[in-house]
Amino acid sequence: MSEGTLYDKVWDRHKVTTLPTGQDQLFVGLHLIHEVTSPQAFGMLRERDLEVAFPELTHATVDHIVPTADQSRPYAEDAAEEMMTELEDNVREAGIEFSDPNSGDQGIVHVIGPEQGITQPGKTIVCGDSHTSTHGAFGALAFGIGTSQIRDVLATGTLAFEKQKVRKIQVDGELGEGVEAKDVILEIIRRLGTEGGVGYVYEYAGEAIENLGMEGRMSICNMSIEGGARAGYVNPDETTYEWMKETDYFRDNPEKFDELKPYWESIRSDADAEYDDVVTIDANELEPVVTWGTTPGQGIGIAEEIPAPEDLPEDKRDTARRAQEHMRVDPGETMDGYEIDVTFLGSCTNARLPDLRRAAEIVQGRQVHDDVRAMVVPGSQRVQEAAEAEGLKDIFEDAGFDWRNAGCSMCLGMNEDQLEGDEACASSSNRNFVGRQGSKDGRTILMNPQMVAAAAITGEVTDVRELKEVTTA
Amino acid sequence: MIREVRTDGGEVEIPEVDSVSGSGVPIRGNDIDTDQIIPARFMKVVTFDGLGEFAFFDLRFDDDDNQKEHPFNEDRFQDSSVMVVNSNFGCGSSREHAPQALMRWGIDAVIGESFAEIFAGNCLALGIPTVTADSETIQELQEWVDANPDGDIDIDVDAETVTYGDTTVDVTVDEAQRKALVEGVWDTTALMKSNAGEVRKKAEELPYVDDAAIPDAE
Ligand code: SF4
Repeated sequence: MSEGTLYDKVWDRHKVTTLPTGQDQLFVGLHLIHEVTSPQAFGMLRERDLEVAFPELTHATVDHIVPTADQSRPYAEDAAEEMMTELEDNVREAGIEFSDPNSGDQGIVHVIGPEQGITQPGKTIVCGDSHTSTHGAFGALAFGIGTSQIRDVLATGTLAFEKQKVRKIQVDGELGEGVEAKDVILEIIRRLGTEGGVGYVYEYAGEAIENLGMEGRMSICNMSIEGGARAGYVNPDETTYEWMKETDYFRDNPEKFDELKPYWESIRSDADAEYDDVVTIDANELEPVVTWGTTPGQGIGIAEEIPAPEDLPEDKRDTARRAQEHMRVDPGETMDGYEIDVTFLGSCTNARLPDLRRAAEIVQGRQVHDDVRAMVVPGSQRVQEAAEAEGLKDIFEDAGFDWRNAGCSMCLGMNEDQLEGDEACASSSNRNFVGRQGSKDGRTILMNPQMVAAAAITGEVTDVRELKEVTTA
Repeated sequence: MIREVRTDGGEVEIPEVDSVSGSGVPIRGNDIDTDQIIPARFMKVVTFDGLGEFAFFDLRFDDDDNQKEHPFNEDRFQDSSVMVVNSNFGCGSSREHAPQALMRWGIDAVIGESFAEIFAGNCLALGIPTVTADSETIQELQEWVDANPDGDIDIDVDAETVTYGDTTVDVTVDEAQRKALVEGVWDTTALMKSNAGEVRKKAEELPYVDDAAIPDAE
């Protein structure tokens, strides 16, 4: 059993009691809600005549179904309008703060929490969304829950949960040019498998992680769940505290910052903490990673060959065969040169300001390939506003990108932004499951945002480092 | 087994689930994710009612809504309630829509090699056991179900066994899940609500929780 890790410490600070099931009842410090998974939970509360226990520790936004083009109400799609109205009614009735599209603060739930400073080190954070692991970048203990658990949290401010093991993932060395946080996490999932993290929480540590800004750390923690781990975190440090200082909450309450910092320091994993497992990765060896299949674990370096199913462990062969058929790729090929129809720069993995900046650098002065439909969907209204203010929108639009409003968009195709037919999409999102982007024949290739930008320009999966050489030449 | 949770003056009856019986349906393949179990476009709803017919929708129907080959489409499995799956079943999103759709299609229990954690947790919240066994055992069971679509599978959650035909095999039920099901405490709302005083105290102890965020005691 782990001891002295951030996970152990935050768990202990939030444990209310042990339930008869052997599970612990954990206090929830921040409950984020959105329109897709919360309405049924509010329905369950009403059925049982229960109220929201801690409305002030609850925060809502709308992201999955929100249209990213015309956002005038009522929404063009009835179902979307109904979900939005339901959420509005629920939060009004319960007195829950709502970052709605009129607030200027709306966005993907995992982008807005950190922006507003409500995501903080040492908090327990839950949301009816598996990518809640994102918030672990701040040293919070954050994980996704199902709708019945949302009901529990709404009604009691707590959650029944079993403690898990802790695996430290030590990423040493330095990331090379064109290689990003996204590649680190795709590499981790590829090595440990999509199930490798089941039963574990991941602690990301080491030089390469410490050198990342908060956005990069969020990209990594975000995809913990793709590796099977319910939560992932990075110990808070000066980078974290600098971010916190600049958020609304602490700008308005600077004395709070001084008050809380000792707590944040105290929950860091001890130098002699014990882990259930340790895995080491050398960042120097990494190249941009792209997926060739239909699970996030089916990734390879851009110059590497797609594996033959026979060469994979037995339990992976069938999935690999089906994936290669779906993607229409053959063993021995590389993904370099794979033709692309759509590029999607967005999602809670990679649609924050630095992501857009790096992509814009590649795009600047170039044109989107004639056969490519390219879109940028900022992660939040604030990201959008900041990006527009520093001219990124113009760069993208001049190149032929479609610049849209904030939301989940084509990450999961619940609004009008969807793949059509068997289109192939270079995507900065986190899931390449069959049907994920709205078309069951659609093909998704996951990669970092610079690589998405490169694919938009060339119309095929491209090693972005080659474009960079041209830029600097 | 009655799984419908009803309110009766605020009190909720939580049935004990110490065993589940029913005929089986084999769903083969590893890494079957929640997008396959219930495609996102069917999640544009504010209640879970009616999700049953959309379970595995894209695996069951082509673009023109013609039926494809899938166990859920086969007549012989229409009354099945025990699903037999392979590894990492239910990976992907936290959507409870996935187990809700399966439950509403008629599934009461799932036996498999392994399950994604959030999926298993969501099943538990609905009183659906997710029990595990090694791949050989699962394969044999799937073959048996294919040959005996009407044959009963008995899952003894407490004893951690599965019986079909003349065969009884040991399976694993996660300890907390077993207790929750067998003791009928898998619906945790009421249980946790009864600790409201301690919860409040916890909130007061935490340095980041503002006093104003703690509602007055009832
Ligand atoms: S951007 Fe994608 S992964 Fe993130 S919350 Fe939205 S749908 Fe989920």
